[in-house]
Amino acid sequence: MSANRTERLLNLVICLLATRRWLTKDQVRHAVPQYTTSESPEAFDRMFERDKEDLRELGIPLVTGTDSTWFDDEIGYRIDRDAYALPEIEFTAPEMAILGLASKVWQEAGLAGPAARAMTKLRALGVETDDDTLVGVEPRIRTAEPAFAPLYTATRDKTPVTFQYRKPRDQTPTTRHLQPWGLANRGRWWYVVGHDLDRDAARVFRLSRIHGAVRRTAPPDSYRIPEGLDLHQIIAGPDPTDPRTATLRIRHDRCAALRLRATTVGPTDPDGWQELHLTIHDPDILAEQIVSAGPDAVLLTPPDLRSQVVARLWAVRRAHPHPVT
Amino acid sequence: MGVGATQRLSRLLAMVPWLLRQQGVPLAQAAGHFGITEQQLVKDLQLLFVCGTPGHLPDDLIEADWESGYVFLGNAPGLSRPLRLGVDEAVALLVGLRTLAEIPGLHDREAVESALVKISAAAGDARATADNLAVDLTSGVCESTLALIRGALRTRTRLHLRYLVPSRDETTERDISPIRLACFDGGWYLEGWCHEAEAVRLFRLDRVVELNLLDQDGTPPREAVRRDTADGLFVPSPDDTVVTLDLAPGAHWVAEYYPVEGVQELPGEVLRVRLRTSWPDWVPRLALRLGGQAHVLAPEHLAERAGDLAARALLAYGEQDPADHGPHGTYAPHGTHGVEQV
Repeated sequence: MSANRTERLLNLVICLLATRRWLTKDQVRHAVPQYTTSESPEAFDRMFERDKEDLRELGIPLVTGTDSTWFDDEIGYRIDRDAYALPEIEFTAPEMAILGLASKVWQEAGLAGPAARAMTKLRALGVETDDDTLVGVEPRIRTAEPAFAPLYTATRDKTPVTFQYRKPRDQTPTTRHLQPWGLANRGRWWYVVGHDLDRDAARVFRLSRIHGAVRRTAPPDSYRIPEGLDLHQIIAGPDPTDPRTATLRIRHDRCAALRLRATTVGPTDPDGWQELHLTIHDPDILAEQIVSAGPDAVLLTPPDLRSQVVARLWAVRRAHPHPVT
Repeated sequence: MGVGATQRLSRLLAMVPWLLRQQGVPLAQAAGHFGITEQQLVKDLQLLFVCGTPGHLPDDLIEADWESGYVFLGNAPGLSRPLRLGVDEAVALLVGLRTLAEIPGLHDREAVESALVKISAAAGDARATADNLAVDLTSGVCESTLALIRGALRTRTRLHLRYLVPSRDETTERDISPIRLACFDGGWYLEGWCHEAEAVRLFRLDRVVELNLLDQDGTPPREAVRRDTADGLFVPSPDDTVVTLDLAPGAHWVAEYYPVEGVQELPGEVLRVRLRTSWPDWVPRLALRLGGQAHVLAPEHLAERAGDLAARALLAYGEQDPADHGPHGTYAPHGTHGVEQV
C-alpha cells in the first residue's frame, strides 16, 4: 500500500514539474493514474489534500495560481521549477562527515526524520563521506517529551498554544496560554520560552511538566517572535556567581569532589586534616556539597555560608533523630 | 505508513539525480551510498520504472535497467537535480551544526564552519526557525579531554583514567579501551572496556580527574558490547537495595532525576518513593545533600547512618546534639534558621 502511495506521489511530482501551465484539480486527477482509480470525487479530494501537504512538508515548492488565458478562474497547481532544486553547492568529504554527525544529534521523532531526509538529499550530490575522523563520537540530545514536536511546529508556524502545566509544588495542573518563541535544553531537560498570555509576560516552561496535549488556539503567523533572543541565557535565569573564596578543613583521605573544585589544598596536619580553598560560584550547590561530605568537611568561612551549612545539617538531623551510635 | 511513503519519495527524488550522473554504478555501491539494502534498491528501481509524465506510455516512463548488476537510468527530465531542503530538514542540520560548533575539541573546526556557511545558504527561510531552537551539549566538557578521547578512538589507543566516584568518595585508577564518546541526558560519557573490571563501563567526563594516553593498544575485546541506552543509563539488578524515601517539595527533583518506583503522594506535598541502588552507602550522603528535604524511611540502618553523620558533623561545628544531651522529644536547636522543615 505504501509503494502504491509513493508511486502516486512520484507521478504527481513529475506531472506538476513537467507542466508549463497551471493544472486544475480535475486535470491533475486525470494525469495521475493512481487518482483515476479513486472511488469518488470526495475520496480524490481527500487524497489530493493529503498529498499536497506531504509534498510541502518535503520542501517541494507547490504553488497555486491562475492563467490569464483561462476562461474560468479555477485555481491551478504546479511546482516552481526554479525553486525546486537544491542550490549548486559542493561539500567536501570532511564537511559531509560533520553534516552526518549533525544530523544524528536528533534521535527521536520530531527532527530525526527530517535530518535523515536532508542527508539523503545531500548524498545525491555525490560526495562520499569519510567517516574515520569521527568514529565513536556521538553528540546526541533526546527529545522524548511528547510536547516537543507540537511546540516546535508551533514555534515554527508562530501559532499560540494552550496546555496543562503542573509545577512541582502544585497538586493539580493549570491551563496555560502561550505564544511560543523558542525551545532550548538545559542538560537533559527541554524548556519552551514564550509570551505567557495569562500573565502577559515572558515565561519559561519545562516540557516534562506539560500534561496531555498541546493545542493550537489561532492560525499560523499570529504573532512575532522577538529577534536576538538568547534562549539558553533566558532559561538559565540570573547568574548565581559568588566570587568569594570559601575556606574548609577536610579529611586528608576524603572529599574527592571538593578537591576537584579546589584552588589550593594545604598540607596534612598531624590529626589528618587539610585546609582547602575554593571559589563559591553557586552558594546553594556548594552548601549541598559540603553537607553531603558529613563530618569529613568543615566550612570555616564565610560565616553566612557556614550558618547555612549548619542549618542544613540540623534539618537532616531532625529528619533522622536516631540515637548516635 | 504515511511517513514511510514520504520518506521513500524523498529518497527516490534524491536517488534519481545521483544515478543519472553515475550511469553503470554497481547495485551494491548505489545501495551503500543511500544506506539501503540491494533488495530495497531493486524495489525502488521497479517503482521508478513505472512512473513518468502524464500519458504514461512507454516513452513517458523513466527508463531503468539493472539486470546486469549495474544501474542505468534515463528519461527523467525535471528530476535531474536533488530537491531543495525542506524547512524542518534545514532546521535539523543547522541546529545540529551549531550545536557541534559549540563543542570544542570534538571535530575539525574548519569543516563545521564551512558546512554551516553552505547549509545556511541553502536553508532560506528556515534560518529564522533555526534561531528559535537551541541545543547545548557543552555541560561539563573540556576541550582537551574531548580531543584526547577522540584521538584515542581514532588510533585505538588505551587510556589511563583517574576517576571520581562521588557516591563512594573515592578516586579510582583505571585503564580503558575506548568504545565511544557519547552524550546521554545532556551529559558526556566515555564508554569503554575497563581492564580492571573486565567489563564495559560508562564514565562521566565531568568526574574525570586526570586522563592520559597509554602506549598500548586500545582495541576493545570482541565481547565488549556497547550498552543499549535507549531506556536510560540505569540497569536494575536483583542485588539492588530498595530504599524508601519521603521527599519534600525541595527534593521532588530526585523523583525525576533517579529512576524511582511506586510514587505515592502524601499530605503536605510529600512524595513517597522507592529507589533502587547497587551502592546503598550512597543513600545517607544523598540525605545529607538534600538538607532535610528528604527523609530516609527504610532500610533503618541507612536512616540511622544519615542521622549519625549529621550529628557528628554538627559536633565539628561546635553544635550540641540534643538527641544526646537535650531534653527528650525536642530537637529545636538554637541559632539555626532558614531551611524548611519536612
